[in-house]
Amino acid sequence: MNDMNSDPSIHIRRSQLGRARGLGAAKSGLHHWWAQRVTAVALLPLSLYFVASVLILSGASRAEMAGYMAEPWNAVLFLCLIAALFYHLALGLQVVIEDYVHNDAVRMASLLGLKGLIVFCALASAVSVLKLAL
Amino acid sequence: MKDVRDALMVGRNTEGKLVNRPISPFMLGSAYKPQMSSMTSIMHRITGVALGAGTLLLTLWLVCAAAGDTAFSIIQAFLASWLGLLILFGFTAALFYHFCNGIRHLGWDAGRGFELPVMHNTGRVVIAATIILTVAFWAAGLYFW
Repeated sequence: MNDMNSDPSIHIRRSQLGRARGLGAAKSGLHHWWAQRVTAVALLPLSLYFVASVLILSGASRAEMAGYMAEPWNAVLFLCLIAALFYHLALGLQVVIEDYVHNDAVRMASLLGLKGLIVFCALASAVSVLKLAL
Repeated sequence: MKDVRDALMVGRNTEGKLVNRPISPFMLGSAYKPQMSSMTSIMHRITGVALGAGTLLLTLWLVCAAAGDTAFSIIQAFLASWLGLLILFGFTAALFYHFCNGIRHLGWDAGRGFELPVMHNTGRVVIAATIILTVAFWAAGLYFW
């Protein structure tokens, strides 16, 4: 944003094609907000289920944990949890990065790195659950 | 100027000269005293980021469990160590806070609870519920463990 020490000036750049076509917003501004709320609501029961699972599995052996995941409901609920949790996390951390990282190149690199790491961890978690379950 | 919004931060003074408009002080610092609204808000973000780190631990736990007995015994031993228990304690406290304050946020999204006394009350309820749920979780954990 504006550097308060620099001399103030105004020149807004907008592409001539964009002006000619009268293009405004991309019409997708609500999606991020809505997806964050949908995943939040999904995580209300799922996080309580997760907390209960952690209590049940505290001090469990690997065989006991595999037995827990082998119950279809547990595997499915864990996969639901992983999907909602990582989606919610990606949306939330994206906003944090957008708020505090002002350099365009660093922000783009951070967002891409974040999304990549989250997809990787989500898949690693889901595959691990499936390996334990099957 | 890089951003269209910067145009709103520049104005002309009575002499017609372009000047930067004054901006509010940063949210943290001596300009504002801590309030229920600002503190519960910043805590929501801090616990959210902390839960992101906790989610990496969840991934590690699941991957170790899938990898084999050796890996799983290592992660279980770490989680049962004093450092692991400290991390897990922070994880559960952050989770319960984010959970309770998240419900508060969903209430605001539904257009409810904006009145100041109500907002202060729900903030206090969130803090109390976080403490109660965290203590209850660890009491249950120590009981079952």
